[in-house]
Amino acid sequence: MSWETVIGLEVHAQLSTNTKLFSSASTKFGSEPNTQVDLVDLGLPGVLPVVNKDAFKKAIRFGLAIDAEINQESTFDRKNYFYPDLPKGYQITQMSKPIVEGGSIDIDVGEDKKTINITRAHLEEDAGKSIHDAYPDKSVIDLNRAGTPLLEIVSEPEISNAKEAVSYMKALHQLVTFLDVCDGDMSQGSLRCDANVSIRKIGDLELGTRTEIKNINSFKFIEKAINFEIKRQIKVLESGGKVTQETRLYDSGKDETRPMRSKEFANDYRYFPDPDLLPVVISDDEMEEIKSTFPELPGDKSKRYISEFQIDESEAEIISSSRELSNFFEVAVGSKNDPKLAANLIVGEIGSLLNKDSIKIDESQLTSDNFNVLLQRISDGTISKKIAKTILAEIWETGRNADEIIDDQGLVQIQDENLLEEVITKVIESNTKQVEDYKNGKDKLFGFFVGQVMKETQGKANPQAVNDLLKKALNS
Amino acid sequence: MSIKFKTLSQLKELLEKKELSSYELVSETFRNISSSKTNSFITLNEEAALNKARDFDEGKVDGDLAGIPIAQKDLFCTKNLKTTCGSKILENFIPPYDATVVDNLSKAGSICVGKTNMDEFAMGSSNETSYYGTVKNPWGLERVPGGSSGGSAAAVSEGLVCAATGTDTGGSIRQPAALCGITGIKPTYGRASRWGMIAFASSLDQAGTFARNAEDCALLLNHICSHDQKDSTSISDAQENYLDNINNDLKGKKIGIIKEFDISSLNREVQDSFEQSKKIYESLGVNFVEVSMPNIQLSVPTYYVVAPAECSSNLSRFDGVKYGYRADDVGNLEDLYIKSRSEGFGDEVKRRILIGTYVLSAGFYDAYYKKAQQSRRMIKNDFVEAFKNVDVIMSPSSPSSAFKIGSKTEDPIEMYLEDLFTISSNLAGVPAMSIPHGFANGLPIGLQLIGNYLEESKILNFAHQYQKSSDWHLKNPNLGESS
Repeated sequence: MSWETVIGLEVHAQLSTNTKLFSSASTKFGSEPNTQVDLVDLGLPGVLPVVNKDAFKKAIRFGLAIDAEINQESTFDRKNYFYPDLPKGYQITQMSKPIVEGGSIDIDVGEDKKTINITRAHLEEDAGKSIHDAYPDKSVIDLNRAGTPLLEIVSEPEISNAKEAVSYMKALHQLVTFLDVCDGDMSQGSLRCDANVSIRKIGDLELGTRTEIKNINSFKFIEKAINFEIKRQIKVLESGGKVTQETRLYDSGKDETRPMRSKEFANDYRYFPDPDLLPVVISDDEMEEIKSTFPELPGDKSKRYISEFQIDESEAEIISSSRELSNFFEVAVGSKNDPKLAANLIVGEIGSLLNKDSIKIDESQLTSDNFNVLLQRISDGTISKKIAKTILAEIWETGRNADEIIDDQGLVQIQDENLLEEVITKVIESNTKQVEDYKNGKDKLFGFFVGQVMKETQGKANPQAVNDLLKKALNS
Repeated sequence: MSIKFKTLSQLKELLEKKELSSYELVSETFRNISSSKTNSFITLNEEAALNKARDFDEGKVDGDLAGIPIAQKDLFCTKNLKTTCGSKILENFIPPYDATVVDNLSKAGSICVGKTNMDEFAMGSSNETSYYGTVKNPWGLERVPGGSSGGSAAAVSEGLVCAATGTDTGGSIRQPAALCGITGIKPTYGRASRWGMIAFASSLDQAGTFARNAEDCALLLNHICSHDQKDSTSISDAQENYLDNINNDLKGKKIGIIKEFDISSLNREVQDSFEQSKKIYESLGVNFVEVSMPNIQLSVPTYYVVAPAECSSNLSRFDGVKYGYRADDVGNLEDLYIKSRSEGFGDEVKRRILIGTYVLSAGFYDAYYKKAQQSRRMIKNDFVEAFKNVDVIMSPSSPSSAFKIGSKTEDPIEMYLEDLFTISSNLAGVPAMSIPHGFANGLPIGLQLIGNYLEESKILNFAHQYQKSSDWHLKNPNLGESS
């Protein structure tokens, strides 16, 4: 029997605001437990939430980017349930009137594009964290995360397999990082997803019973978890069973999903409008301001790089696909450096160093300032591109200033023609056999002579000068 | 010099003329409280209060209310001072912050002498649901003082303090003010900040005050009300000085009488007082107009859906995890919740949490909560229409005078009807107050004045003019002392 899969994703993007959705506590990740908690986050008696408008700006920016409807008047509701890391006993979320409705995202499916429609994107507060393994006989709570703004992005059930789900997540990741809506750090849970998975016989119109896999936090796990779940559901149905509507957890250690709670024990969340918050109204002026500060997205960036800086299309695409790389490139170009040279180094040498360490450019020891120095030294002829690679490798390890490295290691390029002529004479004199062969027509040997000169000068000779002088000497 | 029954303005004058020191005033206040039999206070703030009084006497405190002892309803969070909300579940709760209302009054120089008793989480009309014992009415110790701000009302009525704060969700200031024979006002919803007020029903809760007369209420309201960025529902419109219009002439003004309130079914004396009060206003040149508010009969059922719904959610935070009462001997998390809440909350609170949970649950939401929101809008519209024709609306504050302790505790519905006349102004969010206007069965009863949105000045003006032409507000209970 053949089955088809229907997947819808609910992605939680933690918004990169400085403060929480309803309090002025910091949202910084990784602080000491319970140090980023104010009276509101603690849910003390008598406290009240006040909306962080910055979170709205980010949500709206996302909505505009996916061509969605923006509800300039949106409301908050309470979702009631008891859990120790939910201090108020309810989560404030947008149920009836979310800030963003509709819109779509294009994803790569092999060589083709596919459009995934978005149902809605709404603002809500995150819960704290329950920690069960820190002490042998008790659970403890860290409320640092409580109240952090989330944008929950809900897709239509239009994703057909695990690969498409990953592709969708990647597209979303690129979008939210470019928009500066979310830092996109999946390992810290800044971007995580719940996958609703169901299968049905090909040709069936009705959807099958779905399960929801909660809190998947890497591209790899999304693929694995969904594939496991598809196989499991097929097995259940083909052996005559029924899929139970339930919430499941993906265990990456065992590469399997396990039931968390089933629908019959599900909470009745008793949603109702939060009486502490008035409808949030975004004025036309505010909308205009958000539109006027809308960041450039990868496609447009790439086109601009090609037309404005005449860099290679492939380099333009690579640089513009990452927010960090394109920022880095733009700073370099903005400092009047040669765009082609900058693009070349970023995609080539720096790209491979980034890959090697699997880090982002802003996590490396290479600063924009230092990169500027390096580019200038190449352009003014102080060093060769080849030496630049050696210097980059050194900066990568130590973060030292490029000029310092050049001085310390005597890497200044040799331009002095007299000096170079001396070396060339020496090379010609000690390789008479090769000189003869060259003169007899073995042109390929030219490279050999260049290599010898470079060797003698520890690579510091200006390649163009070496070429010119060698030709002159050999052809005389 | 006896300080009992002195008004805020009288005490201010005594302090200003240095005929009395704040230290003497506050010390005497604590002596009076300690010999009181009304159980009005849950927690006293003696040391801090005396220190501030000393500071005032040394010229270090100023403000409109400087040196004046007042009491705070135990629903307002007070920094470093226990705040129980009348509940066992907050028996040991010491807030790390001040409510905005508390802060405002403190900045105006007043001295908080303690926290007054109240119905648990402000749910009740008799003060009998307090975990800290029923408050007794100074006019008859076997009688209830009304609720939920019964402790504040009794403390002012008995002359322990000249002013006390209250909160009013469905009548919790006006009904006890009426039953204790004093003046009480609830401003427009959003006019006073809810920051630091322990929530019962967020869309209805409003802070206000009790005093011996309307003029003192106006002075207090000048400080209680403020725009507060910490409360999203706080009103940002400019705030008037409530004393400015208090002496306006009422000639030619109109009072509306609600057609649908059946006054003829009430006790004879309540009816007579109402007629007498009309005459007083007529003598001041006021005209009476009947206004029809066809949806006002929906007030009580609407209220008993909206308020419990909000309370069921607001009270979820009391779970034994972070603060407040936590049950012993719990096996697991669910046990912790069930036992802490079962042991920490009293019956009335549980009843309302259950009602609220029910009306919000899947499948019932549309039939109850949504319907209630609709009828609430209709009631609001009735007020909008009515105020097109009249300046203020007048009714009795409560159906009867203070009833006997224990007489209604077995019948929640009859208890809920205590708020028959007061609830609609909370649903509409309009300001309202109660002033003493006579007696029934030898016990005080109140006259309710309801104003249009943000027109607290107008009802204060009406109340003050009434009090200039009558002496009901000057009558004091005789607690076996020579008066």
